[in-house]
Amino acid sequence: MSTIQSIAGQNEPHPDVALVERVRGGDLAAYDTLVRKYERQIFRIAQHITQNREDAEDVMQDAFLKAYEKLEQFQGNSKFYTWLVRIAVNESLMRLRKRRTGKMVSIDEDLETEEGSVPRDLADWAPDPEQNYSQAELADILRKTIQGLPQGFRVVFVLRDVEGLSTEETAETLGLSVPAVKSRLLRARLQLRERLTRYFRRRAGSAATQAGAPTMGIGPGVGVEK
Amino acid sequence: MTCTEFLTILDDVIDESIAADTRAEIETHLRKCGHCEVILNTTRKTIEIYRCHEIYELPTEVSERLHAVIMERCKKAR
Repeated sequence: MSTIQSIAGQNEPHPDVALVERVRGGDLAAYDTLVRKYERQIFRIAQHITQNREDAEDVMQDAFLKAYEKLEQFQGNSKFYTWLVRIAVNESLMRLRKRRTGKMVSIDEDLETEEGSVPRDLADWAPDPEQNYSQAELADILRKTIQGLPQGFRVVFVLRDVEGLSTEETAETLGLSVPAVKSRLLRARLQLRERLTRYFRRRAGSAATQAGAPTMGIGPGVGVEK
Repeated sequence: MTCTEFLTILDDVIDESIAADTRAEIETHLRKCGHCEVILNTTRKTIEIYRCHEIYELPTEVSERLHAVIMERCKKAR
């Protein structure tokens, strides 16, 4: 029974398809629904890329306006949300470029670092480590930590792990190959894990859980694929 | 399975896209390698923490203001 339901579920059109059709027919209220549905996600993505609140607010507005104006170009081969994210990513990169007075900005920069490709800190974490911090402290730690990642790793992690796009959708959105997304995702996850260990390690553990624990014997192989 | 081999498929393990026979190998490796077990658990937790905590808040009043601006601009663009 559950199999039949899931197959039926896969064949059902995404609810956004009907909304997009209504917008194409001139129904602005349907677009209002789409904006409400995705505005927080688009704001978050823009904030992660631009790292500037004012820019993120501008990107959010411009991305929704551009999507509205270009809706006729939306083919429906991908989800509306994925298409919208692609617009928001491009708008965010343009905004960064402006801030850097015209210097080219791409999601490929700063990827040469080897940091995090080999796990070094093997300390286990305390159970529910976030309980040791207030919400504000925790948000600060998470912000600082992710801001330290190279742009090309950060945006892949945000789209794939935070916003829940599939690997294929992330690749399509960023114009990367699937292997490149996978490679960057692994590096991003490992770097974040390593950095968060500084805050979340188990404090009263054995010697093996303290800083300076042995490095794993892992060689190259987690490199960046383009 | 070596630690290096485990690390190269760590993402697939986390995303649960591993073939059944490889899964058995992984379980055997994890039973004897505490380091890989820590890496797996803490990487999973890393993702979970970022998923569960809003680090860039969009207060309702700001969201409402931006929403109104977006809809006004769309109305003008018709």
